Amino acid sequence: MKVMVGKTAQAPEFPAAARFALANGQLRANVHNATGIIRAKRALRVEEMPDWQQLRQAASDIKAHTLRHLDHYLVQFERNCTKAGGRVHWARDAAEANAIAIEIIRAYRVDKAEKAAEAAAEASARDKIEGKVQTSFEDKAEVIKVKTMTSDEVQMNAALEAAGITPYETDLADMIVQMGNDEPSHIVVPALHRNRFEVREIFREKMGLPELGDEPTDLTDAARNYLREKFLRVKIGVSGANFAVAETGAVCVVESEGNGRMCVTLPEVLISLVGIEKVIPKFEDLEVFLQLLPRSATGERMNPYNSLWTGVAPGDGPKAFHVILLDNGRTALMGDERERETLACIKCGACLNACPVYHETGGHAYGSIYSGPIGAILSPQLQSLEHSRSLPYASTLCGACYEVCPVKINIPETLIHLRGKIVRQDQRKLLGIVAPENLAMKLMARIFMSHGRYETAQRLARMGQTIFERKGQLEDLPGLAGAWTRSRALRPVPQQFFRDWWRTHTPDVAPDGGGPKRLEVQA
Amino acid sequence: MGIRRSDFGAAKSGLPIDWISRRESDRVRARRGQVRISLFVACYNDTLFPETGIAVTRVLERLGQTVEFPMEQTCCGQMHYNTGYQGEAVPLVRRFVKMFADAEAVCVPSASCVAMMREHYEFMAAKEKDAGFLAEVRSLLPRVFEFSELLVKRLGMVDVGASFPHKVTYHPSCHSLRMLHVGDAPVRLLRAVRGLSLVELPNEEQCCGFGGTFAVKNADVSVAMLAGKNRDVAETGAEVVTALDNSCLMQIYGGLQRAGSPVRTMHLAEILASLDETETGDGA
Repeated sequence: MKVMVGKTAQAPEFPAAARFALANGQLRANVHNATGIIRAKRALRVEEMPDWQQLRQAASDIKAHTLRHLDHYLVQFERNCTKAGGRVHWARDAAEANAIAIEIIRAYRVDKAEKAAEAAAEASARDKIEGKVQTSFEDKAEVIKVKTMTSDEVQMNAALEAAGITPYETDLADMIVQMGNDEPSHIVVPALHRNRFEVREIFREKMGLPELGDEPTDLTDAARNYLREKFLRVKIGVSGANFAVAETGAVCVVESEGNGRMCVTLPEVLISLVGIEKVIPKFEDLEVFLQLLPRSATGERMNPYNSLWTGVAPGDGPKAFHVILLDNGRTALMGDERERETLACIKCGACLNACPVYHETGGHAYGSIYSGPIGAILSPQLQSLEHSRSLPYASTLCGACYEVCPVKINIPETLIHLRGKIVRQDQRKLLGIVAPENLAMKLMARIFMSHGRYETAQRLARMGQTIFERKGQLEDLPGLAGAWTRSRALRPVPQQFFRDWWRTHTPDVAPDGGGPKRLEVQA
Repeated sequence: MGIRRSDFGAAKSGLPIDWISRRESDRVRARRGQVRISLFVACYNDTLFPETGIAVTRVLERLGQTVEFPMEQTCCGQMHYNTGYQGEAVPLVRRFVKMFADAEAVCVPSASCVAMMREHYEFMAAKEKDAGFLAEVRSLLPRVFEFSELLVKRLGMVDVGASFPHKVTYHPSCHSLRMLHVGDAPVRLLRAVRGLSLVELPNEEQCCGFGGTFAVKNADVSVAMLAGKNRDVAETGAEVVTALDNSCLMQIYGGLQRAGSPVRTMHLAEILASLDETETGDGA
């Protein structure tokens, strides 16, 4: 088993990637602008809900219960989905998920080709001439895709292309990202870092429309024409899932454009790639999540399109329906309550929009399709802290993410938990033991254990700083502290510490509490 | 000078007479509506911002309260804990809890240290599987107050008799806002200060970018966040930015000073300690 989360293995560390993003003024302006708008809309839609906190608690409880009993609910989902005519596949990792998808597509095409050959053999010459039967199978190997972060997680597009299958992203933003050879920068709004002028340039080039205007309607018209042709022609659809209902075997996708609805209804074959954490016990649980998700994600009261389907139905929708249940590192989080909580995420992106770090850097700096605060805890955990190790430090622990999370994932606590695991991992290696940070932290812990040592350290700091003092400020400090003084002023350590003052202090009140100089104050 | 004798020292000496006499005088104070306040000033305030501890002491003594400062105190363990050195933080937490076990009320002029205690101490003690330690933590925590909490919630004071005729803006630090939920306590204290004109900080809930070791590990992002904060500060036209955490104020000061801004940073306690035009106590 080999867990893969997008391209995290090749991604630079967050501070370096962030520097790159910070230098891009256009990107920062786009991100500031877009997150600001979504944040304001969300606040408006949350404020009008008198039971918002109760809804959050309910969602948190449902998710905690489900994740605690995931084994049970997954099997129940498989049973009910199968009963309804679906087929459930289990994928341990990215490679297995891609292999299953490719095999389904290949089998469909072989079947079609065989049927066409049979029809050709059986058909009379006259039927052939009149074109009454399909005697050859000529459509290209193609799929239309919608709303599937998990497919980005397993890098399905690359795997399909390597197998000679062309994937078309049909969610507008995903399409922009795909056409621009770009990476998604937001969980819900993947092309958030692009403004419409940049989008027009991409469309002009990739759709061959040199005259295209930059009004929103010009762009959506172009996208509609381009996509409609795909919807009508391509026979295989790939989707993700927002929820999978164990009780009924239903799968649910919510979206704003209707392109998802096309993808899950028009093709002959539908493949849904579903992370195992997406299962919920009952149909009625959707009541909670379908209120929380749109308000948190886009500031809408309800998603314009809520598609729910159960297995297959003759004469309606796809003739074959496959679910690929994806693990890819998720079960490794199950043993620890704090870690397991991360899997409660419903991918609303509210934490990204609330995060002051994300505002400055956008999503690409996180090096993963899962960006922002949730990405900072999800990407490293899925990969057992082998990659994305700088992400748990990409936060001031300000708590804005936790405050808006509709399922109450305590992201700051999880960040601290992961920092602890990383430190302990490093401390098991010689290089980690002799690392300057580790030595400094160990030394400081020792100093803090004795006030005598602490006071000596205070005095040493005061003596040692003199060589860095310029005009009443500290400049060019060595080591990590230098990262501070490079960009910010720093006052020198004062001549008198608080404890020095205290030693000389005579209290204004008598020790028995009968204060002689008490001011007249009102409570 | 029993007042400066530390609790830790008393506990170590194990003499019951210390304990009895202290409890006895606590009772006398309680009848007068007074509290024996143990100041945990926080290591970085002690070392870098002595004026804050001085101001806290002056305000509390002015209100007729008894302040004591256990000299053995060092650090609450926050920096180690939040950076991932949780194993290293445990002995520091044990030390803190022992030292203040007998305190009537602990005053901490640093919201992030109080957040560290409230959010993590119990979890840490439980993880150590030490029932005694856990019981000590549970007993101590309700007696720990951030400075503005101590004034408004514990002592019931809003007007502390301060005078500070300046235009001030208040930055609600993330820990005070989202972990301690201090609410409007600091703003009510500021509104009661004579001559002070309080201007609202735009986007006040936005983090200043400090974040402990984040400020140096992700210095570029930290400074980008700070730039936004200081743009908002400039917009208020305030002469002074105040907060409950000198760590955030150190960050804000770092940006303001480097940019040549005349805006000053002051801990809330320093404003509340001000009488007429004298803004801080001696020694600053």
